[in-house]
Amino acid sequence: MSVTKLLKEGPKVVNIGVEQFYADLKTQKAEAVSMDWKPSAAGGDLLARLKKLRKGGN
Amino acid sequence: MIDIEKANGEALSRLLSAQPLLVGMGKAKDTVPGMKDRMLLHAGPPLTWETASGPIRGGVMAACMYEGWADTPEEAEKLAAGGAITFDPCHHHHAVGPMAGIVSPSMPVFVLENRTAGNTSYVTMNEGLGKVLRMGAFAPEVIERLRWMEKVLYPVLDAGIRLSVERGQEVDVKNIVAQALHMGDELHNRNKAGTSLFLRAIAPFLVETCKNAAELAEVIRFIDKNDHFFLNLAMAAAKASTEAAHGVEGSSLVTIMARNGTEFGIKVSGLGDDWFTCQAALPDVLLFPGFTREDTNRDIGDSAIMETYGVGGFALAAAPAIVQFIGGTPKDAANYTLEMYEITGGENNMFTIPALNFRGTPTGIDILKVAETGVTPVLDTGAAHREPGKGQVGAGIVRMPAEAFLKAAGAFADRYLGE
Repeated sequence: MSVTKLLKEGPKVVNIGVEQFYADLKTQKAEAVSMDWKPSAAGGDLLARLKKLRKGGN
Repeated sequence: MIDIEKANGEALSRLLSAQPLLVGMGKAKDTVPGMKDRMLLHAGPPLTWETASGPIRGGVMAACMYEGWADTPEEAEKLAAGGAITFDPCHHHHAVGPMAGIVSPSMPVFVLENRTAGNTSYVTMNEGLGKVLRMGAFAPEVIERLRWMEKVLYPVLDAGIRLSVERGQEVDVKNIVAQALHMGDELHNRNKAGTSLFLRAIAPFLVETCKNAAELAEVIRFIDKNDHFFLNLAMAAAKASTEAAHGVEGSSLVTIMARNGTEFGIKVSGLGDDWFTCQAALPDVLLFPGFTREDTNRDIGDSAIMETYGVGGFALAAAPAIVQFIGGTPKDAANYTLEMYEITGGENNMFTIPALNFRGTPTGIDILKVAETGVTPVLDTGAAHREPGKGQVGAGIVRMPAEAFLKAAGAFADRYLGE
């Protein structure tokens, strides 16, 4: 999208995660969609070990 | 090398194929395995008097007076604090208890048998809402009601259940759960349909066995006035089913979720007898008039077995009317169910949700999926006052804390990666 087009037509926003940001855009009548997403509960190390488990261990 | 998918499939199959039937009643001291004199069972993971929350303490005090071990709340408190009573989780005795979950030796219990695997489970009779022992209340009317339940309700129900067993027409509790889901219950905080269906199933046997019409009328009125009466039976059905799924090597499915008002704890099918615990959540629920959030105790009760079984908060989409009791909108209720599919091993083959085109309820919480997605199990539950003796303050939605699942996932990786 060119800058001119952006200024003329306004942004089209994909919100990922915290829904409040999406709600704020909607109240300003901005075009937006929201995707429900949360970061993993596990930290990097545990997540890496779980990934290894999923692949069948050692 | 461990095949987690296969192990989880086996655990889920055991859970789903369970067939819990109501096969009898008895006093806890004669019926519940390992029950001893001066022993009290409680909800959640293990605790001591020192770490016990207000509602647990209140329930213990009520039980001491009910058993005749103490005459006053003060005497009961002194007795419990002095180490004269052994505390043990219900779950260590194949039992479950809602809220404080106190089971004392003289309390009558229902006995359920899972006909598929042959294991049994135990649960007390539900007392109703408000000022009741399970909410930590110990006023004279609480003790009086418990004594009536032992002297009138128990013998009447016991005789009827015996006849149903003799005739080979045992009450099929799982079948009632399945039907109640189609009638607006989610079986944790709404058991209106389940209670009605149970009464319909047992009533002919009660009429045939009870020769005292006045007592029979009292019993039927008591059950009719307590929409939660079926909750305890449904919990025991859940316990008999989830316990059958425990002990599958390599399975990351949760077989117990429970709270004691201080800690939240889980057990995992493939991780032996270890509890994985953390501080219990502080429920932000819809409060009854006159109570504030400061009055609310941390999350409490074995009733989280309902979500472990694939109903309760996981089946909220089936119970749009419950939002009047717990807050939110019917759309919120449906969204909670949809979210739970992300952290479960499968869909229920018997419990279905009409509003979701009869999709099976999300069943079999997987600790690995909880750890990977950050989505935690949602419960709809009752909340007790944090001080002993005050009773229930409200009901609503509570998220289980991630920490216990992360600890379990870490232990699972330790065990099965062999590092």
